[in-house]
Amino acid sequence: MLETALKGKQGYWSWLIFLLVMMGIGLGCYLYQFNEGLRITGMSRDVSWGFYIAQFTYLVGVAASGVMVVLPYYLHDYKAFGRITVLGEFMAIAAVTMCILFIFVDLGNPVRIMNVIMFPSPTSILFWDMIVLNVYLLLNVFVGWNVLSAERKGIPYQKWVKVLAYISIPWAFSIHTVTAFLYAGLPGRHFWMTAIMAARFLSSAFCSGPALLILICLIVRRVSKFDPGKEQIRTLGGIVAYAMIINVFFYLLEIFTAFYSQIPGHMVHFEFLFVGVDGYGKLAPWMWTATGFAVLSLILLIIPSTRRNEETLAVACVSVIVATWIDKGLGLVIGGFTPNPFERVTPYWPTTPEILITLGVWATGFFILTVLYKIAVSVKEEVAA
Amino acid sequence: MGVNRREFLKIAGAASLFGLGGKTAIEILAPGKVEASMEALPLTGGERWAMVVDMHKMDDALMDKCIEACHREHNVPDLGNPKEEVKWLWKEDYHHSFPGQHHQYIGDHFKHTNFLLMCNHCTNPPCCRVCPTQATFQRKDGIVMMDMHRCIGCRFCMAACPFGARSFNWGDPYRVTRVEELKKLNPGFPTNREYPTRSKGVVEKCTFCTERLAKGLLPACVEVANKVEEGAMIFGDLADPESEVRQVLKETYTIRRKPELGTEPNLFFIV
Ligand code: SF4
Ligand code: SF4
Ligand code: SF4
Repeated sequence: MLETALKGKQGYWSWLIFLLVMMGIGLGCYLYQFNEGLRITGMSRDVSWGFYIAQFTYLVGVAASGVMVVLPYYLHDYKAFGRITVLGEFMAIAAVTMCILFIFVDLGNPVRIMNVIMFPSPTSILFWDMIVLNVYLLLNVFVGWNVLSAERKGIPYQKWVKVLAYISIPWAFSIHTVTAFLYAGLPGRHFWMTAIMAARFLSSAFCSGPALLILICLIVRRVSKFDPGKEQIRTLGGIVAYAMIINVFFYLLEIFTAFYSQIPGHMVHFEFLFVGVDGYGKLAPWMWTATGFAVLSLILLIIPSTRRNEETLAVACVSVIVATWIDKGLGLVIGGFTPNPFERVTPYWPTTPEILITLGVWATGFFILTVLYKIAVSVKEEVAA
Repeated sequence: MGVNRREFLKIAGAASLFGLGGKTAIEILAPGKVEASMEALPLTGGERWAMVVDMHKMDDALMDKCIEACHREHNVPDLGNPKEEVKWLWKEDYHHSFPGQHHQYIGDHFKHTNFLLMCNHCTNPPCCRVCPTQATFQRKDGIVMMDMHRCIGCRFCMAACPFGARSFNWGDPYRVTRVEELKKLNPGFPTNREYPTRSKGVVEKCTFCTERLAKGLLPACVEVANKVEEGAMIFGDLADPESEVRQVLKETYTIRRKPELGTEPNLFFIV
């Protein structure tokens, strides 16, 4: 099937070349970081994780959300999603690859990465995260690829593929739960130490991932002869709506707990994010932007007519992605580290090389995504013809 | 206790002059006293090392001396940039050492009093729990150690330590780009040729001077502090009911940082 990725129109090739250039720039910056150390980033003693780990966290959500098309199809026999499960699985592959890359570029000593396997440490959540992420990657590669090749040959896929697909469903929940545990079990970090961290992660994943999928479906429909389907997009819209409502609800729960209890250590992180602390409030405009987009998306998603209209749904999806990305990709990590456990504020902002490396990893993910989708769409076109 | 440490070393030194060694040597020179002291003395035999800092005997100048001693002993460089700072032993004011304890009516004297902080060598250390490679681990004697040759630099332990005790090597202290500037900031670096120097990308922290304990020496900071002010810092084994730290903890009111988190810090302050 790989050969289908080699035949494409000019737009396809220009997009791939653009991504390759971005990857090249990212790689160059990474080599610089490799030589100089992580000092070229904005991180410090106090904010010891930054942009990379935040992107990782966000993308684990995108990866997990592939289950939102797989689950209805396999567990509820919702036939309509049969057309697009492979899109969910391929999105998961690209997202997990980016997750692994983000962890890698964040390591101070990447050449020693095999130590995680050589000295397995079951008490470490990072150890488990590595296991669940890699297994999830393999599950999606096997299931996605086999289902697609069976479709191409016009035969039903084998039994074991279905078994793997069933396994991948709880597995998707596990990757984001384990990722939440990275944060939620740390003493002294009040912002993260919340029992609903995993639930929040899942809800934000299940709105942002399907939102991205809707946008991709709309693009696929425009650039190819394969139509993911009106009903499919509408059902996904419903999923995004519910998940976003729950996501915002969970956030408000956190705010209630912090501000009604009036415990300073719990309030201070929200204050830092939304108004600033000790005169440092660089994140405030971002967080209010996120709030604005969250409200806009909720309005568009809750009103049935705007949710069913594909144009307004697309706006809602973009809003969901922006809001959840700011929340998880900026607020969660930076807000959790600032102020530090001694009530000191150390400003953090990603540096240019840091941002370029980040973009490079995103470009790698989109490269994989584009090629995989090209294959999937070509097969679908072929079968339809 | 039979003989104290100084006597022990004197005897051991004298013994070696005579070409004698080990237990027998001391048996001859200080008969009878040896059994009790063998357990208490060698600093390699502890089960739960702990440190008590007597704030009545401490002042900023003395703290600076301790910090200098530690950082010289362990080649901790001054990188001239707070963002890249590496520190094993440091001063912090009351408010930030014990956040949540201060109130608005507190006198300036207390507010600006500095405390001497280092890794607490927690009995239940979250840093060890989270490390994916066991590069940070707890020894049998309670010391939380770093294997800088195994650390992958994921910095999970830094997020997990609620005391800010861990430093990351954001860059290489020997890197060529700033060599002149760094030479000026760190005259004579590396100050201790016997102690391995660090590489970029690994985490480090106070080790309770394991390398000195192994030689029967007290931690560098304790040694310096007590030279100036006897009893300013007390180092000892909590598992030994006869030890000085146990006596002090029994008789004096001491505080620890963030005991509510359950990490069981082993750094105590007499206030
Ligand atoms: S103070 Fe921090 S680094 Fe030291 S043992 Fe406790 S948790 Fe670990
Ligand atoms: S930075 Fe090193 S010591 Fe710390 S958790 Fe990671 S591997 Fe372990
Ligand atoms: S015990 Fe040793 S390593 Fe720790 S602060 Fe004192 S001198 Fe430094």
